[in-house]
Amino acid sequence: MTIDKIIITTCGLLSIGFVYWFFLMKKSKAVLADGSVDVIVEGGYSPEIILIPRGKTTKINFIRKNSNSCLEEVVLGDFKIRKYLPLNQKITIELNPQKSGEFNYSCGMNMFHGKIIVKE
Amino acid sequence: MENKKTFPIKGIHCASCVNLLEDSLNKVDGVLKATVNLATEKATVMYNSEKVTDQHLSDAVSNVGYKALIAGEQQHEFDEKSEKQKELKELKIKVIASLLLGGLILWGSFPGLINTAPKILQNFWIQMILSIPVQFWAGWSFYRATVLALKHRTANMDTLVAIGTTVAFIYSVFVTILPSFVESIGIEPMAYFDTSTIIIGLILLGRYFEARAKAGTSEAIKKLIGLQAKTARIIKDGKEQDILIDMVQMGDVIRVRPGEKIPVDGIIIEGNSSIDESMVTGESIPADKTSGDIVVGATMNKTGTFTFKATKIGQETMLAQIIKLVQEAQGSKAPIQRIADIISSYFVPIVLMLAIATFVIWYVFGPEPVLLFALLNMVAVLIIACPCAMGLATPTAIMVGTGKGAEQGILIKDAESLETAHKINTVIFDKTGTLTRGQPEVTDVIVLGLVNQDELLKLAGSIEKGSEHSLAEAIVKAAEIKKLTLSRVERFQAIPGHGVEGIVDGKRIIFGNKRLMYKENINIGKSIDEISNMENNGKTVMMLAIEEKLSGLIAVADTTKESALEGILALKKLGIEAIMITGDNQRTADAIGKNLGIKRVLAEVLPDQKEAEVRKIQAEGKVVAMVGDGINDAPALAGADVGIAMGSGTDVAIEAADITLINKDLKSVAHAIVLSKKTMRTIKQNLFWAFGYNVILIPVAMGVLYPFFGIILNPIFASVAMATSSISVVANSLLLKKKNII
Repeated sequence: MTIDKIIITTCGLLSIGFVYWFFLMKKSKAVLADGSVDVIVEGGYSPEIILIPRGKTTKINFIRKNSNSCLEEVVLGDFKIRKYLPLNQKITIELNPQKSGEFNYSCGMNMFHGKIIVKE
Repeated sequence: MENKKTFPIKGIHCASCVNLLEDSLNKVDGVLKATVNLATEKATVMYNSEKVTDQHLSDAVSNVGYKALIAGEQQHEFDEKSEKQKELKELKIKVIASLLLGGLILWGSFPGLINTAPKILQNFWIQMILSIPVQFWAGWSFYRATVLALKHRTANMDTLVAIGTTVAFIYSVFVTILPSFVESIGIEPMAYFDTSTIIIGLILLGRYFEARAKAGTSEAIKKLIGLQAKTARIIKDGKEQDILIDMVQMGDVIRVRPGEKIPVDGIIIEGNSSIDESMVTGESIPADKTSGDIVVGATMNKTGTFTFKATKIGQETMLAQIIKLVQEAQGSKAPIQRIADIISSYFVPIVLMLAIATFVIWYVFGPEPVLLFALLNMVAVLIIACPCAMGLATPTAIMVGTGKGAEQGILIKDAESLETAHKINTVIFDKTGTLTRGQPEVTDVIVLGLVNQDELLKLAGSIEKGSEHSLAEAIVKAAEIKKLTLSRVERFQAIPGHGVEGIVDGKRIIFGNKRLMYKENINIGKSIDEISNMENNGKTVMMLAIEEKLSGLIAVADTTKESALEGILALKKLGIEAIMITGDNQRTADAIGKNLGIKRVLAEVLPDQKEAEVRKIQAEGKVVAMVGDGINDAPALAGADVGIAMGSGTDVAIEAADITLINKDLKSVAHAIVLSKKTMRTIKQNLFWAFGYNVILIPVAMGVLYPFFGIILNPIFASVAMATSSISVVANSLLLKKKNII
């Protein structure tokens, strides 16, 4: 194997490792919602993981700042909510979960994901 | 935080309204700037969202006598529609520009076409100039989305397109600027500006069609929202005045004229009319209504004029409940989607890794020029991968399916119920109120000498008027329908479990069942066969004796609904077993079961035992749907795999039901199952296509066919495949609209 091929192979393997680490091993910080929380929708959700208490009403305010059509809807399947998010407007979703656990939410095309953790 | 909101205002007529509104809005603490447009009748407000709420804005508008439509369905509708229109318009311009510029570049560079192209188009520098606007203006959204996603350590389809086209573009720029260097490493200096531009053009074209098609999937809900009446004509202090629908208060008296839409739910006070409720309940035959009857908002008054009292307004109306239920169903997730969810969350990073692996493999093991093959195949892998199709496969079909159901008066609670319904092989029907009307009616009046039919009914009606028995009501009603004048009863006596007796028109009348006749020593021997015959047909037979002599028989039965027989037949055609469950005695239950062609009848089941019976049938391995009224049989409905409630009144949100049939048509049980089967078939086709597409074409783009057939995939063809894959999934879901479920 020539030197360039060895270099390309090594760089390729390192790049694969980097992609794996960068995308699949990320650890997001959970944010505790105290009554209400603003979620900025821009290339994903910030914060991505929201901690909310069980049995209490929590307002999740989604504000879409990105015109990407992928993010124009937010789907909270476990709570039967699919909402259109107009650009630069605060859309409030009120949750009063009666069950604790982890519930995923995503964009309408299921490409961007977030999580709601309901705690006792 | 600074925020901007545009919302429609009702009631703007002139320029002074504009000034008034602007002043009022600008006075709100936290509002930075408010402008009102007379032509569009909309206000645009810049404000500090930490200080100003929707309520503040709404109050500022209503304080000066107007109505702001903020955050309601109409506002969302408006935002969504205007944003979509804007997005589609922008996309269209970008698609035309990129395909036009890309086409020129392709003409000047594609083998076979190149000879016909003007020399100027063959120049790499010119091609580069033509491709720059496509790459960085039309394709800007891909870059922006990629950068924002990378900040979150996430990636999506835009990331793949941005990387893929950028690789092709940068390589081409390199070739353009340093052709001699490329030549020196043994590669023919060939630019690929056509690849990068055409890919962007085609993917934007795909996105354009996809956005248009996707709008069609939520058409049903938009139609429902659009049904809402805009104004109501209320009667206040004897005067009629038109007011906006949002201003209607509970208890308002509203007049509706022929051809007008009924604004809200209520009860008719005066007048009568024929009302077409098909648009809301799916009930095809117009209903005749008179005072005391319920009217449903957004339905159409056909012939008469009437006044009614508003009993449900705003979010309480039947239409609002339907919209909420359908929206919830469309927001829910079907269990079948879970696998797609898991794959979607890993998909793009995996494709990125595969693209890198493709580059390395082609560079190390591929034929010369290795760099070119490695680059082109990597670009093809990045471009062909289509996570969108997977993401759209299930929700688009669920949206069309639940919307189609709502149009037919079949309200499905969630995607899970829709999914389960396709497996149903047994349907248990509650008898009273579901298969039957739940109100006994007189079916036979048989005279045995002494008196004629009317006289017999008059005597029976007179003596039963004082009784509280449910059968008595049917007899009195039958006498009233015939406009018979009932007589006074003396010495009336109710004999529990037997019947009644008393003196009518000076004669001693005994009216009751066989036991009463035996007790009073009245001979019924001659009529015994006739009595048994009627009882075998599920009728309850009452005997009337005048002065201790049997004079007539009156049979009362709870009659079956018109749609019951057809409903059962429709299920049989689908190979689904129908079972009837009732608290009635076995003989009555068997008779009704026989009339309806139901072989398995569960009789003498007390209301609290129904759920246990459902569980017993489930234990036989059956997937069971329970059909009931949703009130008395709520536990059985909740216990079944799918609980189906027959709608009654204006309440559609029946807690225990997975499916509510607001059209009150029993054929809809079969229709709901057919709808579920067809929706599931569409979902499976979509998932098969979306998965199959990626599973087959990603390896092809990687070049697995090259060692055997010498085939590699041109990145331009990869973009064609990618653009069509998500459109085909959405189009397949839209086909569901055209499928017949009846």
